[in-house]
This record gives sequence, C-alpha cells and structure tokens, in this order.
Amino acid sequence: MRFMVMVKATKESEAGVLPSEQLLADMGRYNEELAKAGVMLAGEGLHPSSKGARVKFSGARRTVVDGPFAETKELVAGFWILQVKSKEEAIEWVKRCPNPMEGESEIEIRQIFEAEDFGPAFTPELREQEAQIGAQMAKNASR
Amino acid sequence: MIDRTIEAVWKIESPRVIAGLTRMVHDVGLAEDLAQDALVAALEQWPQSGVPDNPGAWLTAIAKRRAIDLFRRNERLQRKSELLGRDFELQQEVAQPDLDAIADDQIGDDLLRLVFIACHPVLSTDARVALTLRLLGGLATEEIARAFLVPEATIAQRIVRAKRTLAEAHVPFEVPSGSDLAARLSSVLQVIYLIFNEGYSATAGDDWLRPALCEDALRLGRILAGLMPNEPEVHGLVALMEIQASRTRSRVDAAGDPVLLLDQNRTLWDQLLIRRGLAALARAEQLGGALGPYALQAAIAACHARARMAADTDWGRIAALYDALAELAPSPVVELNRAMAVAMAFGPAAGLELVDALTSEPSLKSYHLLPSVRGDLLARLGRMDEARSEFTRAASLTRNARERKLLLERAAASSGSQVL
Repeated sequence: MRFMVMVKATKESEAGVLPSEQLLADMGRYNEELAKAGVMLAGEGLHPSSKGARVKFSGARRTVVDGPFAETKELVAGFWILQVKSKEEAIEWVKRCPNPMEGESEIEIRQIFEAEDFGPAFTPELREQEAQIGAQMAKNASR
Repeated sequence: MIDRTIEAVWKIESPRVIAGLTRMVHDVGLAEDLAQDALVAALEQWPQSGVPDNPGAWLTAIAKRRAIDLFRRNERLQRKSELLGRDFELQQEVAQPDLDAIADDQIGDDLLRLVFIACHPVLSTDARVALTLRLLGGLATEEIARAFLVPEATIAQRIVRAKRTLAEAHVPFEVPSGSDLAARLSSVLQVIYLIFNEGYSATAGDDWLRPALCEDALRLGRILAGLMPNEPEVHGLVALMEIQASRTRSRVDAAGDPVLLLDQNRTLWDQLLIRRGLAALARAEQLGGALGPYALQAAIAACHARARMAADTDWGRIAALYDALAELAPSPVVELNRAMAVAMAFGPAAGLELVDALTSEPSLKSYHLLPSVRGDLLARLGRMDEARSEFTRAASLTRNARERKLLLERAAASSGSQVL
C-alpha cells in the first residue's frame, strides 16, 4: 500500500526561508535511507504558497485566488510517496525523519487509494466505462 | 495496536539485525533464531516500555546478549577453543557502546552478504525464495505460506531445512568475487523475479494477481539496486518489475479476468512506476556494455510503456530487442515472444512461420501460451477452425482458472467469426 507523507508548512517555510545546510544534509541522508530500503517512490519540496494559486468552485463558477494563503499550518510544504506494508510501517519511517523545520513542525500521513479500495462504489459499470474510453482512444488513434 | 507497530519495526529492522548477527556468529540460522528471540523480548517489553528510540539497536543488543549466553553455555559443555574465539569477538562487539557507530558501509556489506547466502545455489529454488522473503523481506512464515498457497508447516520446514543445509555446507558469509559473482548474482536476480512473477501472474489458484508479492519483490529489487549500484542487470531487473507493476490496475477486468496487454486501458497504467522503470533502465544503459537479459526485457516493456496507445507500439524495435534476447538467452519461450513481435511488425504469416518451428519443441509440449499464440495468429489469418482447436488446447493446458475462461471465450469467438 502507498501513503502520501506531507510536511506541513511553517511561518518560515511560507516566508521562503531555505533549510539550513545541516538540515539539507540530514534530509539527504534520510531520503537515501528510504530509497535504499526500497520504500520511497517519490518525494518533492514545494515552494511557498505565495507562488501558488487556488481555483475555487461554486456550482458552474470558477474563481482563481492567488497565494499566499493564511492558514499556514494547513498548507503543505513537501511530500513523499512511500510504498510500505502497513500504516504502522509508514509511521515508523516518518518517526525516523529529521525534524523538517527549525522549530515545531508536523508531518501528516495519508493512505493513497488503490483501485480495490473503491469497493462497490467503483462498480463494474464505471470500470467498463473507463475501459471503453481507453478503447475509443485507441480506435481514434488507429484511424 | 502495539503488536502492529512491533511488526512494522521488525519489517524495517530485521534484515539489518540478522545480517549483523550473522557476521558475528557465522551461522545465518543461529542469527535468525537469536533475532527471533529479540523479537519475542520486544513483544513482551515494548507494550509496557514503549518502542525504544533506536529499535534496531535494541533488538541487536538483546540478540547479542542471548548469543553470549548461548556460547558461554556451550563453552562450559564443550570447552571448544573455536567457540572461545567467537565469544571474545562477541564481547568486543557488545563492548562497543554506540551501535550507530557501525558504519553504513558495514551494514550494507552485511546485508549484501545475507542476500547471497539466502540465494545460495546449494539451496533448492523453493528454499531460496522462502529464505529471501523471510530474511530480507521480513515476512513471517505465515505470510509466505499465504502468498504461495501452501500450508504454513511446509514453509516452516523448508526454512529449517534451508538453514541446516547452509550450516552443513559451511557456506561462508561473503559477497562472491571474480568469475563467481556473475553466476551468483544471476541466482539472486532469478529469485527476486520469481517472487515478482508469482505475484504478477500467479501460476496456481483463482487469482491472477497477488499484488503484495509484487510489492515485496520490487522492494527487494530496489534494496539490491542500492547495495549494488554498479551492476547494470540489477537496474535492468528493477526497471522490468517497475514497468510490469505499472500495469497492475489494467491487467484484470472487473470480473477479475485477465486483460491482454494490447487490450489494456493505458490510462490506468501507473505513470509514477513507469517513470521509475524508465529511469532504472536508463541507469542500466548508462553503466555501459551490452544489455543483459533483464535489461533487454525491460527495454521491451519500455517500448510498450512509451506507446500511449497500443497502435503506437514500435514493433520493429521490439522484434529487434527479441532478436538480441534470443541470441543472449535463447529459450523456446523467448522464441515464442519473438514470433509474436515479428507477427506484429511484419504480419501474422511471418510470425506463424516462427511459431510453427516451435510446435515440435518438447519443452513447450504442455505450455499453454504456444497454442494460445498460434491460435491468435491463425485467427488473424482467417484460419478459424485451426484457431479454435488451438485455443481449446491452450485452455486445457493452463493451470489458472481465469486464464482458462479467457481462452475458452476466444475459442467460442473463433467459431462465431467463422459464421460471418
């Protein structure tokens, strides 16, 4: 199973303060450990929300709001995708992570949906439809 | 809850703990027993004390203490100088206060030695698979038994016998060197790919896919790539598994029946795994030299992965890669796949010519894919009666229930088309 492991933003990360050399080195070592254990599928750091935007939906209307965004602690500053055996294993790996920020910080662990997790909601009809879209695309391509 | 945490810690730490212990006690069976003792101690103590900050070091320390007790007891009984020597080594190890001080290099070397012991040619293939999953994958006997659909007692016995065989053969705890390395590495790669394939296209039972085994094999492959970064074939195998695993979601339909590669919905292919696979293949190619059999198969899988639609597939390149593979690792099965690629690139008649040359091949006599492929080519040439009898024959040969159903459907469809 896979988990998205998200580092939450702080005032400093939102202000664009870059991690210290020491933290970068520690993080590099940690990433290497994850990769060597065969559990890390991907991982990236994110720019502050001032460089981002939001698209808000209301019925058929879309409104674009540029960053930065206020609720710092709810923002994501970076993430990993881990492939592990259980949530407990994901937790154990995250406990081994160096503190990603200088002071207080938080890392959130969320399981990624796999096709089989959808259960009855992902009905055969829905799957069929997806398959038909694929088949149609293939047909269009061969024209 | 705490048990699941301990299980997770064990999964992460046990390969390194067992590897380190094996270096100290020179016996992988004993090392594993000692590590199991430490696990039992953890299960007793951690629910009260909580998980220690460095659980790997904790487990190792407990196991070492058990080792010393054991050797002292044996020493009193036997007074063997050899054991005294070991006891001394152990005391020095234990005297080392900071376990983190053991260099990462050392741990990596020990892990790699453990890989080569678990896949040692003195063991049967079944034993190599079980021992690798147990020692390197951190799987419990019960998990291995469930994955391979055999009774737990069978796996337990297989592991006990394997450990005894290794001890009796005095298999050294080392990474093979020189001319030995290539052959021994190929055994390791074979074991990992066997595990992957058992998950990817289950040879028995009702399910065609057991994704957990694929994940175990991928993890082992990625670990090996970290331990042997300069071996192109290791990256080749990882690339092959990543790309094949990217198709997990599209390989079976809603009813659980297999979907053929060219009929799969490619929008369901996992692009993250494809990217990882292509990157691993690029590493294998960058390391230079002619591509080995796994890298060649990965290159073939990559051709499919790069084609956004089945119609975009570069069959000419795939046929050329199969030519290279047939030269490097000739086998009737490779030849059969080459025939398929040739048929796609140059027409069904050219493919059928190659397939027909294989019909007298004794090793393919009960291989269901031969009549299945032959039926496919015959159908495309409009020879429906022959196609139908080939699909029926293929259905009678496969051991997989779902695959049999698919083949029987194709047989029925062949008679249907004939009416048109």
